[in-house]
Amino acid sequence: MFRPRPDAPAATVEVEVDGRTVRVPEGASAAAAVLLAGLASLRDTPVTGSARAPYCMMGVCFECLAEIDGVPNRQSCMIAALPGMRIRRQRGARDIDPEDVPDTIPSFPIPAPRSGGA
Amino acid sequence: MTQFDAIVIGGGLVGAAIGYGLVRDGLRVAIVDEGDIAFRASRGNFGLVWVQSKGLGAPHYQRWTRLSAEEWPALAAELGERTGISVGLEQPGGLQLCLGEEELEKRRAMMEQMRREAGNFGFEYRMLDRSELAGILPGLGASVAGASWTPYDGHANSLNLLHALHKGFGERGGTYLPGRTVIEAHAAPHDFRVEFAGETIVAPKIVLAAGLGNAKLAPLFGLLAPVRPQRGQILVTERTNRIWPLPLGSLRQTQEGTIMLGSSEEDVGFDTGQKPEIMRNIARRAVLCFPWIAELQIVRAWAALRVMPPDGLPIYDESEEFPGAFTANCHSGVTLAGAHANAFAPMVAAGALDPMMMPFSAKRFDVSAAA
Ligand SMILES: Cc1cc2nc3c(=O)[nH]c(=O)nc-3n(C[C@H](O)[C@H](O)[C@H](O)COP(=O)(O)OP(=O)(O)OC[C@H]3O[C@@H](n4cnc5c(N)ncnc54)[C@H](O)[C@@H]3O)c2cc1C
Ligand code: FES
Repeated sequence: MFRPRPDAPAATVEVEVDGRTVRVPEGASAAAAVLLAGLASLRDTPVTGSARAPYCMMGVCFECLAEIDGVPNRQSCMIAALPGMRIRRQRGARDIDPEDVPDTIPSFPIPAPRSGGA
Repeated sequence: MTQFDAIVIGGGLVGAAIGYGLVRDGLRVAIVDEGDIAFRASRGNFGLVWVQSKGLGAPHYQRWTRLSAEEWPALAAELGERTGISVGLEQPGGLQLCLGEEELEKRRAMMEQMRREAGNFGFEYRMLDRSELAGILPGLGASVAGASWTPYDGHANSLNLLHALHKGFGERGGTYLPGRTVIEAHAAPHDFRVEFAGETIVAPKIVLAAGLGNAKLAPLFGLLAPVRPQRGQILVTERTNRIWPLPLGSLRQTQEGTIMLGSSEEDVGFDTGQKPEIMRNIARRAVLCFPWIAELQIVRAWAALRVMPPDGLPIYDESEEFPGAFTANCHSGVTLAGAHANAFAPMVAAGALDPMMMPFSAKRFDVSAAA
């Protein structure tokens, strides 16, 4: 459905979008690569499971969430496509296993708690 | 000129809950609400229906909060049936995590004082140690020493609550008048007149529920509402699988899966700006509690202003000079929605506040009266 503008710089950056190889101009966003790949959608919403693809291309609608280089739920329209980037489908909410993440956070001073209202 | 049985000034959570309760009791009610430029705590809060920390040294506030938590299920069910909007209420009890032994000991002392002050009314709580907590909360951080638990706490979708109260109000015949700021009013006993550009509404009852706007409005009706803004900042993560079975005070996971990290308490006047050092401290406490939170993306962050009375306790009052005028002010309008719709509104409909409300009167700030 989408094509690069005729005046766009040459497509030199090669990325992977859900298994397909796509070339985009330098500086293009990961979401642009998703649109050029011609996929009908790149994620399913967490609540109703409906299919979504990049929409506003300017960081406000969150429709463009994708797993990028192994990190889920990234806003692909706000991230520049880099050579070798892997942009993958995001299915529903992120699945995190708290027990899986090692407790490696550096210990910083404990900030004061709140006084306790809600 | 339009005649109503009651005028409510303010269409935030407090005004909407009271207005909803009044139309349910059969009154013809107008809610007058400012425009979108208004400071609206009701659109920037954390969504807790929180009981366990309310009313240290003020057991009447603990009782009022408990009453509200008990009214919440009926209100949520009724709103669901009437409006088709689910307010997402869950009341599985709540945990307040403590980082380090010192915090835990302070919390223990506080909870014990709450129990003593509750007297025969009772206050059920338990302190959980680290090992007990680790069984309930996966991926618990090493600095968590323990937590306090009470069965009374819960959480809800507070935006849906606001929406449902407004929809329910309208469906029961209430008149919502947005985009109107009340600056002047004419008060006489059981006779109130409010004017906007070219419009006049009158009613024998009026309820000031204008949040921070009450400070200026109250004196027009012989009332006192010395509320000030207290800023709170909140961070929200991406959605994840359901991890916690219950809300954790300054951390909670919404039904949709986002994790909310909150919230600061800052005295900065009418300023809804965000501050990186405050946001960092909120994130740090969260990550000390649960290191895996550092893996999550923050997708939203905001600041909003609480409606804060000088002593942190709600102000409910009725005017002696102009009977029929009432006011309601609080910083926990989500938690207290059950009480506002199901207890406060019926008192207004009946024409007088119940004696149980006396300790909430703003007379407590009047030094000459106290002397
Ligand atoms: C960061 C933060 C976190 C919070 N977390 C929680 C929580 O977890 N649980 C909880 O129970 N509570 C929480 N609260 C508090 C809760 O949001 C407030 O108690 C509640 O929203 C207050 O509602 P309100 O209707 O009094 O005020 P507001 O929401 O401020 O509404 C007041 C309304 O009055 C209108 N108004 C003002 N002046 C005039 C005027 N002159 N004429 C006409 N209309 C006027 C305004 O337009 C506005 O719509 C939190 C608040 C903040 C800021
Ligand atoms: S496309 Fe709207 S936020 Fe990315």
